[in-house]
Amino acid sequence: MTDTNSQNPIQTDAVIIGAGPVGLFSVFELGLNDIKCHLVDILDKPGGQCAELYPEKPIYDIPAVPVCTGTELTERLLEQIKPFHPVFHFGQMAESLQKRPEGGWRLTTDLGTVIDAKLVIIAAGGGSFMPKRPPIKGIEEYEGKSVFYAVRKMDQFRGKNIVIAGGGDSALDWALNLQPIAKRVTLVHRRDEFRAAPDSVLKMRALVAEGAMDLKIGNFTTLHGTDGHVKSITVVDDAKHATELPCEAILAFYGLTMKLGPVANFGIHLHENLIPVNTSDFETSEPTVFAIGDINSYPGKMKLILSGFHEAALMAKKAFTYIHPDRRYRFQYTTSSSDLQGKLGVDKSAA
Amino acid sequence: MTMKVILTDMEGKTHDLLATEEWTVMEIIREGGIPILAQCGGSCACATCHVYVDPSWKSKLPEPNEEEIGMLDGAFDVTADSRLSCQMIFTKELDGLKVKLAAGSI
Repeated sequence: MTDTNSQNPIQTDAVIIGAGPVGLFSVFELGLNDIKCHLVDILDKPGGQCAELYPEKPIYDIPAVPVCTGTELTERLLEQIKPFHPVFHFGQMAESLQKRPEGGWRLTTDLGTVIDAKLVIIAAGGGSFMPKRPPIKGIEEYEGKSVFYAVRKMDQFRGKNIVIAGGGDSALDWALNLQPIAKRVTLVHRRDEFRAAPDSVLKMRALVAEGAMDLKIGNFTTLHGTDGHVKSITVVDDAKHATELPCEAILAFYGLTMKLGPVANFGIHLHENLIPVNTSDFETSEPTVFAIGDINSYPGKMKLILSGFHEAALMAKKAFTYIHPDRRYRFQYTTSSSDLQGKLGVDKSAA
Repeated sequence: MTMKVILTDMEGKTHDLLATEEWTVMEIIREGGIPILAQCGGSCACATCHVYVDPSWKSKLPEPNEEEIGMLDGAFDVTADSRLSCQMIFTKELDGLKVKLAAGSI
């Protein structure tokens, strides 16, 4: 669904920025109120922090679920919102938000997806997950020229002397994939142990043993070069011994970190990188733009998943008044309402 | 009797932070009003609460476990003094503990 542009935008009721637990649950609450949704997330999968930071770690404070992992919580939410057929746009960042002259909002992603929606729900948690940038002076001017945090085209590294920094699966996988085409690959890691698939580690060690690639243990501390083109880097080991490694390109894989990103430029009032909201409907300083979950702030706020769920329910009630101004809001329980059960596709004969 | 952790921030300024037994050092820093990313909230999953422990205090601290050592791979400029502050539990034996914030934690 990414082949849209401003001539042919996606039209929907609500666009949700962030497909973490709170963004996912808001699909449910909005769905019960007959509001259709599209979701945008920079990760390539749903779950937000639950998927990226702690997929295997236990969560004990979801009401009525004594324990579940981040992955399980995400899977259960996906099952719960299935009846509402949300449309996901993964692997892209919500880049700009513009007010449309005819009303509503236009959200554009960094991949060029354009979504026109009457409502915007910001459920962006701690912000967008982006690669960690090594705190090396002047690294910005090298980024995209000779310092990279992802491989878009393997061919750009063909015949080059490259340094790959990091000790996880990304670092090992790219070291192994690029070793046959690069002039030389040097893997730089702070310790002689790797948190990567054991098979990748064995393959890497074999290549090092046969002299087909290099492994350097130490911290990558300094970049040398001009106009964004790196000539060498300095690696310092535990004994404070510095080594200069000549190279033409660097791939750094230290994991992801959350940054607020373009949400800061959406024209919504921010306070200390959070979005102030009122607690009756979680609307921001801009009517029809809501903020729920970890990204909002209000007196007494607690950054808990369950708080975000509550916020989603109140947000959806206000959202209903914007999307269905001609209808009278009806407060119903899923237990007793055949109307809601119909929306959920519940088979009443089985109940 | 109040106890403290002495934190050196990125500018080199020191702060005496009120320390409470059984709290993590990350919580003591955060509740002391010092900005610290600690993005995963203390579950040893992000390496954005990286600190350096003053060498004089190292012998008083329990050794980091495998998970913490592994997670430090996601931090920068890791040294033998590096720890993730969310994995350090404050006890009364640590009154006066000196730590320094690392780049990547703010």
